[in-house]
Amino acid sequence: MASYTTNDLRTGLKIMFDGEPCNITDVEFVKPGKGQAFARVKYRVLTTGRVNEKTLKTGESVEAADVHETEMQYLYNDGTTWHFMLPDTYEQHEASEEVMGDAKLWIKEQDMCSVTLYNNHPLSVDPPNHVTLEITRTDPGVRGDTSSGGSKPATLETGAVVKVPLFIQEGEVIRVDTRSGEYVSRAKE
Amino acid sequence: MSRTAGDGAGVGDTGGADWRPSASFETLRRRAALAAAVRRFFADRGVLEVETPLLAAATTPETHLVSFEARDPAAGQGGESGAPPCYLQTSPELHMKRLLAAGSGPIYQLSRVARGGERGRLHNPEFTLLEWYRPGWDHHRLMDEVEALVRECLSLSPSPVASDPDAAPAPRLTYRQLFQEHAGVDPAVGPTAAGVAGLDAAIRAAGISAPELPADDRDARLSLLLTHVVEPRLPAGLLFVHAFPPSQASLARLGRDADGREVAERFELYLDGVELANGFHELTDAAEQRRRFAAELAERRRRGLPEVPMAERFLAALEAGLPTSSGVALGFDRLVMRAVGAQHIDDVLAFPGDRA
Repeated sequence: MASYTTNDLRTGLKIMFDGEPCNITDVEFVKPGKGQAFARVKYRVLTTGRVNEKTLKTGESVEAADVHETEMQYLYNDGTTWHFMLPDTYEQHEASEEVMGDAKLWIKEQDMCSVTLYNNHPLSVDPPNHVTLEITRTDPGVRGDTSSGGSKPATLETGAVVKVPLFIQEGEVIRVDTRSGEYVSRAKE
Repeated sequence: MSRTAGDGAGVGDTGGADWRPSASFETLRRRAALAAAVRRFFADRGVLEVETPLLAAATTPETHLVSFEARDPAAGQGGESGAPPCYLQTSPELHMKRLLAAGSGPIYQLSRVARGGERGRLHNPEFTLLEWYRPGWDHHRLMDEVEALVRECLSLSPSPVASDPDAAPAPRLTYRQLFQEHAGVDPAVGPTAAGVAGLDAAIRAAGISAPELPADDRDARLSLLLTHVVEPRLPAGLLFVHAFPPSQASLARLGRDADGREVAERFELYLDGVELANGFHELTDAAEQRRRFAAELAERRRRGLPEVPMAERFLAALEAGLPTSSGVALGFDRLVMRAVGAQHIDDVLAFPGDRA
């Protein structure tokens, strides 16, 4: 397994700490002029999302995490597992509900997602930044209130609930920003 | 303010323009003005500017300083193993003390030095030290002069450290007081001092996820507490720390504190919580100096660090007689940082390590 020394550590590098894959979010070099040097590393544990800090002696080596991101197509959900495919090799991967996180609220079959693999198993799934989805249920808007102010909840075909303007009706197709979970616009047909 | 170069290119994000300087020309002008102020300060006080070698056959053996090795490809062609390496100096100390021993009188130098492995917000592997020596002075008198120099240099900065004669002098705390106040442990050697277990407990209590440290290495633990607990809590402005543990004497002489504990006659100056200068009431005892260097060399072997030759010419100067002196090394780049309000050393260097 590849390894790094403390001199190589940079923000964004994926490393192993305590047996867990981690993403470095900050590295600070500290050293009294005449004393021992240390690297203060802030990191996020990729399996749990937990943020933590660890101090290393400079010169220590750190194991690299076998983590990389790849674009995959979402195929289908069999009730418990979400199935993805690498488009060029047709190689398939399975993601549990825990791995899916919020991504399961936004994706439809055949959407392309960014899947982070750790030891060749999905660790997390990011949906496209914008998705286009049909509204399956929302209360009718109040007549006359067509443009300004106010919003109402709308349930999408994937089950996600977003706030939409009052003039948006059931059966319409809208664009949603998955990072904020916010309505963007009506989708053009 | 000139915006023709440097400005806007963020640290570490050169956008393919890493041929450009990382400091603005405005900062480089301020840097030049500070260097001029330093030279004026010493000229007015009759201190001689000197220049000593960057490349030399020997270097400091101190365990926590990494000397770059250099080889002259033109030398030693005929030899079996080639010429021995020479070393880029980590400070001009050894050479400046040879000048003192030869009778130079008070001397100063603004010199480029190099230390391997040091890179961060406050570190660049190549940097500028302002180092000076005062024969006949003790370290307390030198602290007065260090404070005067820093106040004069910063009197023109946007947020000056007060330079008027009525400004309260910088507080002087002992290393022991500093740790008792900010880390809740007694770092001194003596009956009340924290042992390794006590220091480990303080490290845990501070919530530091610490690396494995050698079981007998008290000083590594003190460095950890200093950098993680004490320094972040230091007040704004100037603060001297003195009376260091004897194990951290480096090239300073040993003395006694008010309670009769053995301490190193060494001081550091902090400015806004950043280590700015390190000074010694210099060790003049050649035999003791040789013992300390031998101990550092033995520690290098024990840790598997590169070995360096014994600095024999420096020791010969001590044997011939170094006048009682105090000396100090001040990080000039950090002084410039404070003067221009920079948060990263790259902002005051034309070409830091990654762009050099």
